[in-house]
Amino acid sequence: MSANLILATAADGLADLDTYIKAGGYQALRKVLSTNMSQDAIIAEVKASGLRGRGGAGFPTGLKWSFMPRNYDGVKYLVCNSDEGEPGTCKDRDILRYNPHLLIEGMAIAAYAIGAQAGYNYIHGEIFEAYDVMETACETARKAGYLGKNVLGFDFEFDLFNHMGYGAYVCGEETALLESIEGKKGQPRFKPPFPANYGLYGKPTTINNTETLASIPWIISNGGQKFADLGVPNSGGIKLFSVSGHVNNPGNFEVPMGTPFRELLEMAGGVRGGNKLKAVIPGGSSMPVLPGDIMMEVNMDFDSIQKAGSYLGSGAVIVMDETTCMVKALERLAYFYFEESCGQCTPCREGTGWLYRIVHRIEHGDGKPEDLDLLLDLCENIAGRTICALGDAAAWPVQGFLKHYRKEFEYHIEHKRCLV
Amino acid sequence: MINIEIDGKRIETEAGLTVIEAAHKAGITIPHFCYHKKLSIAGNCRMCLVQVEKAPKPLPACATPASEGMKIFTKSEQALKAQKGVMEFLLINHPLDCPICDQGGECTLQDVSVGYGGGASRYQEEKRVVLSKDIGPLVSAEEMSRCINCTRCVRFGNEIGGQLELGQAFRGEHAEILSFVSGTVDSELSGNMIDLCPVGALTSKPFRYKARSWELSRRRSVSAHDSLGSNLAVQTKSNRVLRVLPIENEDINECWLSDKDRFAYEGLNSPERLTKPMIKQDGKWQEVEWKTALEYAANGLRHIANGAGAEQIAALATGNSTLEELYLVQKLMRGIGSENVDFRLRQIDFADGKQEGAPWLGMSIADISRADSLLVVGSFLRKDHPLLAARIRQAVKKGAQLNVIHSVDDDLLMKVENKIIVAPDALVAALEQVVKALDAEKNGTTVEVSKEVAAMARSLSGGGCVGILLGNFAQQHPQARQLQALAQKISAAAEGGFGFIGEAANSVGGYLAQATPGAQGLNAAAMLESPRKAYMLLNVEAELDCANPQQALAALKAADLVIAMSAYKHQATDYADVMLPIAPFTETSGTFVSCEGRVQSFKGAVKPLGEARPAWKVLRVLANLMNVNGFDYDTSEEVRDEVLNDLDVAAKLNNAISEVNMQAAPASAGLQRVSDVPIYATDSIVRRSAPLQATADAANPQVYMHSEELSKVGVQSGAQVKVSQGQGSVTLNAVADDKLPMGVVRVAAGHSSTAALGAMFGSITVERA
Repeated sequence: MSANLILATAADGLADLDTYIKAGGYQALRKVLSTNMSQDAIIAEVKASGLRGRGGAGFPTGLKWSFMPRNYDGVKYLVCNSDEGEPGTCKDRDILRYNPHLLIEGMAIAAYAIGAQAGYNYIHGEIFEAYDVMETACETARKAGYLGKNVLGFDFEFDLFNHMGYGAYVCGEETALLESIEGKKGQPRFKPPFPANYGLYGKPTTINNTETLASIPWIISNGGQKFADLGVPNSGGIKLFSVSGHVNNPGNFEVPMGTPFRELLEMAGGVRGGNKLKAVIPGGSSMPVLPGDIMMEVNMDFDSIQKAGSYLGSGAVIVMDETTCMVKALERLAYFYFEESCGQCTPCREGTGWLYRIVHRIEHGDGKPEDLDLLLDLCENIAGRTICALGDAAAWPVQGFLKHYRKEFEYHIEHKRCLV
Repeated sequence: MINIEIDGKRIETEAGLTVIEAAHKAGITIPHFCYHKKLSIAGNCRMCLVQVEKAPKPLPACATPASEGMKIFTKSEQALKAQKGVMEFLLINHPLDCPICDQGGECTLQDVSVGYGGGASRYQEEKRVVLSKDIGPLVSAEEMSRCINCTRCVRFGNEIGGQLELGQAFRGEHAEILSFVSGTVDSELSGNMIDLCPVGALTSKPFRYKARSWELSRRRSVSAHDSLGSNLAVQTKSNRVLRVLPIENEDINECWLSDKDRFAYEGLNSPERLTKPMIKQDGKWQEVEWKTALEYAANGLRHIANGAGAEQIAALATGNSTLEELYLVQKLMRGIGSENVDFRLRQIDFADGKQEGAPWLGMSIADISRADSLLVVGSFLRKDHPLLAARIRQAVKKGAQLNVIHSVDDDLLMKVENKIIVAPDALVAALEQVVKALDAEKNGTTVEVSKEVAAMARSLSGGGCVGILLGNFAQQHPQARQLQALAQKISAAAEGGFGFIGEAANSVGGYLAQATPGAQGLNAAAMLESPRKAYMLLNVEAELDCANPQQALAALKAADLVIAMSAYKHQATDYADVMLPIAPFTETSGTFVSCEGRVQSFKGAVKPLGEARPAWKVLRVLANLMNVNGFDYDTSEEVRDEVLNDLDVAAKLNNAISEVNMQAAPASAGLQRVSDVPIYATDSIVRRSAPLQATADAANPQVYMHSEELSKVGVQSGAQVKVSQGQGSVTLNAVADDKLPMGVVRVAAGHSSTAALGAMFGSITVERA
């Protein structure tokens, strides 16, 4: 058995209920119910843990839970955002596949804390296996009394429904996700009202990332402060990082917040073929890229990465070695956001395609010197001008790439070929 | 009230407004596309981004609530950069060929781009192409590449029309507006999407490429096609009506028009227009001079008055004739000694003598928006009164409870709280039950009634603003007076108002014009039941406009003299002796008094076609020829003033009815007919509007029956059946409708394919064809 708190592998066998229970599973939920823990006490514990949302925005989880109306006469919902679609990110998939009961337990505790009777787990459309595993896990958990009318025989009702998405990236945006569950086209809602007041089917709703919810049982069992102490100030606990790209041993790694990037890179086997590290996108493809030498001095926590000019995001670390053409890399990223824009807001609907087409032209030897300033101007007109952050997500990579690698783009425009 | 500051201007404005609303109230324009005051906030076009003090980024004015002390900058550097950025994005894929776009000159995108667009585009890539769609005969979606995806059309359908017929499919740059599986848009309010579309994506199919907006003259007018009195802008070029648009009137049609009001004008220049006076000689129709025709008519009338007696002369007019026409027709009749005049052609049970005033809505149209509970009795609400239905829909959304008692259960596209659907002969009993339950509710006693009746009584006795509305069906019903008396009782018990929605533009005006028979006269039904020797018809197509076409045609065919005053050549050629071409409402001045008693006069928008003349002039000359006094009018306004100057209209409106014997309907043996007048069969103009006749609503009538009744006949849904009443029968398609009560056959009236049948109510037989 690994020493990880959340991350498991197939070998751990935790998808099996008995194995999970033998490993101490569902004890946190039992503790909550048997000691009749108050909602305030749970929320206080989560606040103390310093747990911040693992989906990308990093919003303090305890604070989010405290926004839910208390004396609400009606249904409230808990929604787990397993719509892991950010290129580079694949951590939630492993929780769903290899540690489903941990998520169920975490959701049951969260539901208890916010007073929700029903939960939805919105699973990204392309990871069918994860959906099957979750369905089986929910079924066995229901039979064993961990879900349903009287959970573990206590006066607490919570049931959980897995919902398969259809692969739209934008449905990872929490209000688009709610629309999608409601059977509508996945398009973000204008906020306010926020989901805590007007969420799924118009009812108060809390939406948390899979990894966030999977962190809850350990926090309840071991105490919030202990979780916080695992990490660094303002970035409590441990975090899963999906390291991909030009490394020898790509994969998911669970490390304490504040771990130096250098160590994470080593865990992933270092840069492939002994090549030189060129660039890293530290938090998923929408975050600004950082040059390798800057990254080698950065610790993996919210504040350190922000200070270096990017964001921790969802913890998807994309590593690029010296052979990477930055124009081609950006072209691929720009294409992704072009394809995934929902089409609702003008700047994103029209702008993402324009960005992609310009970068595509540059990559294919048709660039013009004025294109680079045009790109930056368009980014300014997209970022911060849309209902959701997809516009930002499309603009930031362009801005990041041009900030650090403008010369490569200029070379491409002038010589109609790659610098590398 | 709160204090805010916009562009340095201090403004006191009411709390709860968005920034764009507050700005507009203060006369400050913020450019926008997706925002519309009547639709939900989408916030998607981003054109209205403004700078707000302390906000890190520009905020959409349409979705940002104005709050105390807020400082807003609509023209600051940050705001302008955002607005110009959005404008540039909107234009990159929009075809920049305004000169060949039908919207050119009245395009919001064009207008706003003058202020916020660049002189040249920085976009060098290929433009997006969106394929054209065919969404029906009214709205053109020919040029969807022009669409800016503001979703106003989608929201209109969903929120105002009550049905989501257009939606935005696909993602990102591929997003496009389309109908569900390439279907047509069938809403009776669909034309409003054309007005709402800020670009040339959705345009008017009949008007397409007919004219430029700046070439059109514009006249205020009033809809002649239902009782609401919608305000119209009739747009003309070269003495021809080319388009009709709404004029905003919050108390009547808001900013909307029904498709009927909007597209009926296409019938104005139909090839069937009667443009020369005609008389029948030796069985042949001949075009003659006005003088000849009028003298012929006058002589004929004089002959019969002097011979058989004036009581052998009858006049029938439709309720969409103007107040002036209706007044002159009755004045002429009375001048020659006949009291036989009526405009209520589809009515068979009259309250004349038992009712003090003119039956009307009983409340203002705007009151309906404030209702807490409504009971609609006997109305094909959506089709008979599309905009009133839309108003009720909004009231229901705000929490009003809608109760329905009717003989059919059509989808009203809104939440119906309680409904009682019974055969026509059980309608009175159903209302009696509600009266009983209401009385019990009031007195705290209990009474044995059905669950639906009890729930309805609870809904109506809940206090607040209560309205009981009687629809066309209730007014055409054989027990219309009993229904009226019961509605009166319900409204008394519920402490609410009650009234009639009214069938035609002048359903109220006809009473004010005294176009109803006096004590010695015959009403519309009686005039045909006991045939007269001479008939004068004003706008009437007897086989389509009368309650019993068989009876009407028999009477007219047997008459010695029929004078048909009509804008169209129609079946009157079979039975008339003189046809006088008169002007439809767009070609004459006149007045309509709407269901709420609102008097609205209008001028002609174009000159009469050919030799057609305004009917008030024709009647004036006819009266002069017959030496009837008091016909010296020079203008229609003089006629109107004679009717209205000494009349307190408000005092004249009165639904109170007394001395009604409640008696059970004669037990009907076999099947009973239920008939609606299809939305595009209501009057002679609408019937000749080609685009309206091409809609789904104008499809050939079918016979609707409960499937069990169909199996009794021995046919399945989709089979042909022979439907008979009296001597007439027609063969139509049978369709199962299990929401109909048993014992009921629904066959439309007012339509040529069912004109061979008899009365709109009563027994009917169905057999295999």
